[in-house]
Amino acid sequence: MSALLALAAGLVFASGLIVSGMVNPAKVLGFLDVAGRWDPSLAVVMLASLPVAGAAFALARRRGATLLGAPLHLPSARDIDAPLVLGSLTFGVGWGLAGLCPAPALLVLGSGRMEGLLFVAAMLAGMLVHRLVERLRLSTRAPGAAHS
Amino acid sequence: MTLDWTAFTPMSAALGGALIGLGSAMLLLLTGRVAGVSGILGGLLGLDRRDMPWRAAFLLGLLVTPLLFAWAHRTPTIVVEAAPMTLIVAGFLVGIGTRYGAGCTSGHGICGLSRLSPRSFVATLCFMAAGFVTVLIVRHVLGGGA
Repeated sequence: MSALLALAAGLVFASGLIVSGMVNPAKVLGFLDVAGRWDPSLAVVMLASLPVAGAAFALARRRGATLLGAPLHLPSARDIDAPLVLGSLTFGVGWGLAGLCPAPALLVLGSGRMEGLLFVAAMLAGMLVHRLVERLRLSTRAPGAAHS
Repeated sequence: MTLDWTAFTPMSAALGGALIGLGSAMLLLLTGRVAGVSGILGGLLGLDRRDMPWRAAFLLGLLVTPLLFAWAHRTPTIVVEAAPMTLIVAGFLVGIGTRYGAGCTSGHGICGLSRLSPRSFVATLCFMAAGFVTVLIVRHVLGGGA
């Protein structure tokens, strides 16, 4: 059941990426190129998405559960730390190099393009490296020193 | 800075943005999950079986939507300027960066900002700034302007 609902959400989300043009890396780069001929569309996309998503978060928080009464899984991290900043900077460099971030990359892959396959395969490799490094770090740390 | 009025598409951007927000709202209100695509994809690598179906289903939605649009004779315009080697480097940086940074344009930029998370605000500033600087260097310092 939750899989069907998630599928529906994915279809609507992806439709938004296509309708807004954000599935097109050239258009995203037009936004990131502030020194060239600047296309502010991406800013409009984000601004338009915020009140809709914001209303949903406000409603979810007030109910303390989903509309079906299931528990919410919200991020619990609060610290503004080095991994957050350095990771986001690294992501931004990759985003600027290709004009692709994770969701549009999956749509480019889904439309059957080689570029999408290359990018998504490399992205999964990057995610796996993070996973392996973090697992190694946790396993070499003294058990008493572990914290979340 | 010069505004590119021919490329600027405020109406479709606003409609598409609202749909992205609606998709995020549906995932949250119907399944209790945050629509952060890097996190949903990264979580699939964790092999936690109970967690798999909704993640796979949401990502399947992303993968098949371009085909549905193509069937409806609305094939999306996709222009990839980056060379294959650049795509591989960029993909790797996006993969590892979004995992350390715990989010991407959707998780931090849309869901995080809309729930007023200070962490997401900082993350969004960081990846936006890095994106601006990267394009500035690639197009105007190395590329001699485009």
